[in-house]
Amino acid sequence: MGGRESSPFQAHVDMQAVNKWFGALHVLRDVTLKVRRGERIVICGPSGSGKSTLIRCINGLEVHHAGRIVVDGVELNDDARTIDQVRRGVGMVFQQFNLFPHLTVLENCTLAPIRVKKATRTAARDLALHHLTRVRISDQADKYPSQLSGGQQQRAAIARALCMNPKIMLFDEPTSALDPEMVKEVLNTMVSLADEGMTMLCVTHEMTFARQVANRVIFIDAGRILEDEAPEAFFDTPKHDRTRAFLSQILH
Amino acid sequence: MTRHGRPAPMFRDWTNTIATIVLGALLAYVAYSFVQWGVVHAIWRLPDGASSIMCRDVRGEGACWAVVVERARFMLVGGYPIDEQWRPYAVCLLFVALYAASLVRTLWTRWLLAFWIAVPVVAVVLLRGRWLGLTDVPSEFWGGLPLTFLLSTAGFTMALPFAVLLALGRRSTLPAIRALSVGYIEVVRGVPLITFLFMAAVMFPLFAPQGVNVDKLLRAQIAFIMVTAAYLAEVIRGGLQAVPRGQYEAAASLGLSFWSAMMLVVLPQAFRVSIPPLVNTFIALFKDTSLVIVIGLFDLLGAAKAVIVDPKWVGFGVEVYLFAAAVYFAFSYAVSRFSLRLERELQRAAGTA
Repeated sequence: MGGRESSPFQAHVDMQAVNKWFGALHVLRDVTLKVRRGERIVICGPSGSGKSTLIRCINGLEVHHAGRIVVDGVELNDDARTIDQVRRGVGMVFQQFNLFPHLTVLENCTLAPIRVKKATRTAARDLALHHLTRVRISDQADKYPSQLSGGQQQRAAIARALCMNPKIMLFDEPTSALDPEMVKEVLNTMVSLADEGMTMLCVTHEMTFARQVANRVIFIDAGRILEDEAPEAFFDTPKHDRTRAFLSQILH
Repeated sequence: MTRHGRPAPMFRDWTNTIATIVLGALLAYVAYSFVQWGVVHAIWRLPDGASSIMCRDVRGEGACWAVVVERARFMLVGGYPIDEQWRPYAVCLLFVALYAASLVRTLWTRWLLAFWIAVPVVAVVLLRGRWLGLTDVPSEFWGGLPLTFLLSTAGFTMALPFAVLLALGRRSTLPAIRALSVGYIEVVRGVPLITFLFMAAVMFPLFAPQGVNVDKLLRAQIAFIMVTAAYLAEVIRGGLQAVPRGQYEAAASLGLSFWSAMMLVVLPQAFRVSIPPLVNTFIALFKDTSLVIVIGLFDLLGAAKAVIVDPKWVGFGVEVYLFAAAVYFAFSYAVSRFSLRLERELQRAAGTA
């Protein structure tokens, strides 16, 4: 598999001219994106622009049809083993949380470490409680997801992803399904992750979060990356009309 | 549901009132006649040495339950040797205990699943006896209720894994696997069960290579498994459709393989919503096992039919069939009540979501 030893200069996520179609719809057009280790990227764009598809390509939930995607030194191809290898190092948080409703919060967190990493039950439990404490819901560990508020569920989902010790975290609109008063608790959790040096790609419309945390903000429209700038440049001097129109809608 | 100041629906207007009175009278008449026939004028047992002539004298006026009393043993355990009768009875108890345990929610663990596999195996070993050092009783002599239990329970349990594979295959993105699954399900569902039994009984020996002799009961059992798998596959597919795609994606994004994601995340949820139709399929299978009579196996209904061929009891089919129906009904009704209770419990659980 070679290439796993990654120098700090090598891109952590490297997308080269990635293209994808849903039937006749061209959802990603020549997307080229390099993310360095520890970088925090915020991706935004109008609905249907391809921003979710872009990050879902990184852990192989969507298959790209042309171009190259290299994640932590491993190139994604049709081989299921390669995809599994990439997924073990990449955590993902979904808009709809996608916690497993038939398992308790703790079991949600220990399932993959036990089954995939062959961790012992006690080790997996300790790790899960560590991460649940980190997202401040360790007291909810034995409850079922349906007994938790939306914000608590999303924090549990973050803890579940962290239990696999990922090097990269993908967030797909993590606060879009939350009531307004719960957005902050989830964003705070994400900020603390960013402070610890996690490589993060985050699809979100939370522009305060983008200003506070992101190294770069990417604006995508109709499957094409239009802006790839530091937050100050992105918000203060956007290059495209589309970006300006989008920002004026988002920022009121 | 009578509300205050309003007549009950059946007396709301004159057509309803007349219908209610006429149907009520009819129902009362039928019930009265049945009690007269089945209880008041019935003969429950023949005095020692008396012949069935006694029963024939009251034909039409009273039921002759004596036939059921006298032949109950044969109907319940078939032609199994009398000296070894404890074995089929023990098998029946095992199955009833298994069904009873399945009704208790708190016992729903891996162990229960293991018992669903183990009990049919133990039943076969016990009935055959050869491997336990007991008298060897070949399957031609097995019959009655143990056969019904065995065919339906083993049929259901063994069909489940195939059904899961078929259901997943039908949803596969690989065209060959999808076509194979759809083809199997549609062909098997589109052909009467009885045809499969005939094929298993008559055609298999014709086409089997020389010297290969598969037990007739085993062939029938395989036919049941094949047919049940097709029906269950559709039930499970319905359950799979109820599990949001995000569940599989979340499992996959954690690095779980396809099969781990299915076994640990998707299927447990799919089974949970499929329980009522799964129970329904089991009830249908339980009664459909009576079709083995066409290939000369004597399950409960087959044994009942054999009883009324006996010259002594020719003509007492009604009593015998009522008895067989009552046995089938007792089990099916218990299972269906259980299914209803389960549905309510699951609805309550869903209500907290």
